[in-house]
Amino acid sequence: MAGEKSVETTGLLGWIDRRFPLTATYKAHLSEYYAPKNFNFWYFFGSLALLVLVLQIVTGIFLVMHYKPDAQFAFQSVEYIMREVPGGWFIRYMHSTGASMFFVVVYLHMVRALIYGSYRKPRELIWIFGVAIFLCLMAEAFFGYLLPWGQMSFWGAQVIVNLFSAIPFIGPELSIWIRGDYVVSDATLNRFFAFHVIAIPLVLIGLVAAHLVALHEVGSNNPDGIDIKAKKDKYGRPLDGIPFHPFYTVHDILGVAGFMIIFMAIVFFAPEMGGYFLEYNNFIPADPLKTPPHIAPVWYFTPFYSMLRATTDDFTWVLAGAAVVAALVMFFKCKGAAKLIVPVVLLVVAVLLRLIDAKFWGVVAMGGAVVLLFFLPWLDYSPVRSIRYRPGWHKWLYGIFFVNFIVLGYLGTQAPTDTFNLMSQIGTLIYLAFFLLMPVWSRLGTFKPVPDRVTFHAH
Amino acid sequence: MSQDTIVHDDEGAVPPTLPPDPSRRFWIGTTCAVGGAAGVAVAVPFVSTFQPSEKARAAGAPVEVDISTIPPGEMRTVEWRGKPVWILRRTKEQLATLNVTTPELADPNSKRPGYTPPYAQNEWRSRKPDIFVCVGICTHLGCAPTPKFQMGAQPSLPNNWEGGFLCPCHGSTFDIAGRVFKNKPAPDNLEVPPYSYLSDTRIIIGVDEDNKA
Repeated sequence: MAGEKSVETTGLLGWIDRRFPLTATYKAHLSEYYAPKNFNFWYFFGSLALLVLVLQIVTGIFLVMHYKPDAQFAFQSVEYIMREVPGGWFIRYMHSTGASMFFVVVYLHMVRALIYGSYRKPRELIWIFGVAIFLCLMAEAFFGYLLPWGQMSFWGAQVIVNLFSAIPFIGPELSIWIRGDYVVSDATLNRFFAFHVIAIPLVLIGLVAAHLVALHEVGSNNPDGIDIKAKKDKYGRPLDGIPFHPFYTVHDILGVAGFMIIFMAIVFFAPEMGGYFLEYNNFIPADPLKTPPHIAPVWYFTPFYSMLRATTDDFTWVLAGAAVVAALVMFFKCKGAAKLIVPVVLLVVAVLLRLIDAKFWGVVAMGGAVVLLFFLPWLDYSPVRSIRYRPGWHKWLYGIFFVNFIVLGYLGTQAPTDTFNLMSQIGTLIYLAFFLLMPVWSRLGTFKPVPDRVTFHAH
Repeated sequence: MSQDTIVHDDEGAVPPTLPPDPSRRFWIGTTCAVGGAAGVAVAVPFVSTFQPSEKARAAGAPVEVDISTIPPGEMRTVEWRGKPVWILRRTKEQLATLNVTTPELADPNSKRPGYTPPYAQNEWRSRKPDIFVCVGICTHLGCAPTPKFQMGAQPSLPNNWEGGFLCPCHGSTFDIAGRVFKNKPAPDNLEVPPYSYLSDTRIIIGVDEDNKA
């Protein structure tokens, strides 16, 4: 018999620790995980996202017990949950509110990462896992929205699945393959159900684990964007770090309390949120022969949806023009092999922009707007991480970016008009320029000196 | 026995720095290639389950419609392969607008492939001028456009509107022959399905010279 591992703990805990790294894991991730002491309210949203994930899984499990994934019965079974299952309305409204609040929390979590430079080296992988989580969340929300089989469920799915038909050559076959029928039908509902309740959640949980493991490997960033591991005490602990438990568990409980007040207020008093969380048209059963007069995705997709709508035939001229200008600039600025390759690629893109239908480029703009986020760590050349030590006009740029994103979101909920379309086109250009020109603007201006130690005022 | 105590009594122990046995390389490669091919082959049945089932394929039967009961200027919607198909009897005034809208259209002669059968590649986009048959699904992203037959300025429509269809989702507009206007999200004219006349008053949707029932 091999000897047992020697551990400090005794009794039952010791017995476990000799077989499973329980105490070691607890220490590594909680009691001896040192987080910077200057976290502010922006740091609530990570733990809140985890809370909402748990809430969605638990309420989801209970909904599945009563829901029927069948085009004949789906709509009725949701109404049955709402009216006849004891407490069913509460579970369902928690789930539907949870979906929207998940995006509220995740968007704010991403704003935090943007303004404090949390995606910068060495946290690139945390950011990449995070963007992958965001993508999964979008897929999860999209698949889930079909399940109540209302008018908006049906036509929303119809529009999004048809996005794939814009891909040249394979598109039409691909969209039939995704639907499993020539139109959105029972086959589509069944597979979306499978994706929503098992496939995507499994991937999501795996990614969340990877996100946390990567975070705990390199340590948390902080509002000052400086490295707390540079200054350590004689025991090797960061001078500006405090153990996650109990300090940040208690801090996060405060966040949870505040969040749950808002969350439950929505569940009890405004579960539809004026048509933003649950669209009115979705209280009408799906009718494949009649499109509702105005269809719009749920609010969390609308900024990207606006970019889709903005890409008309005229707009591809603007994009092609931008690609040509970029090609010229790259030709004069780049050195070596890139001097030829980059401009040639850009010129080919410019030509394709005019050769392939605008419909396809709308899909590319929408998908590209999310995919662009993956590259953020390599677009930002600013010498400091945090917005606190950047030039004043950088703050304005970030402000414009956030306002622009909200405006795009609003435009996406509205019926298309010429003025709104022009606004979405300008908004799309601002969004793309913010990221694509970041390698240029992020290094310009006078940066403020970064402190050695974090800025912290005891309460 | 702890890992870090050196084992002396095992003459067969190899140092951890020893590179992999080159004579095994070929077999490692072969195993990976064959295993990988098997893995890909296993994916085929899984991927194929996503295709439309035999039941869904069979549901695409042709539909017969009596058009004698459609008065001029009225439209009827029938379901074919789960899609709405519009049958519109156009008035003389409506047919006259087709020449007016031509300069503002993206593809006035329906030259782009895949949406207009040869017998509908004419100025009315139909076999007979008055009866217009098309699939009521926007060629952009598959919404059902709304009939807007009334002429003149209206919300979401241009001031010189001649009557036609408006897609509520992304604002594409089509004229009374389902031809898409320029610079709209929809790239193509509304699809004209295969159809033929059984008699002067009956048409069948899903059947024409190239598509037998």
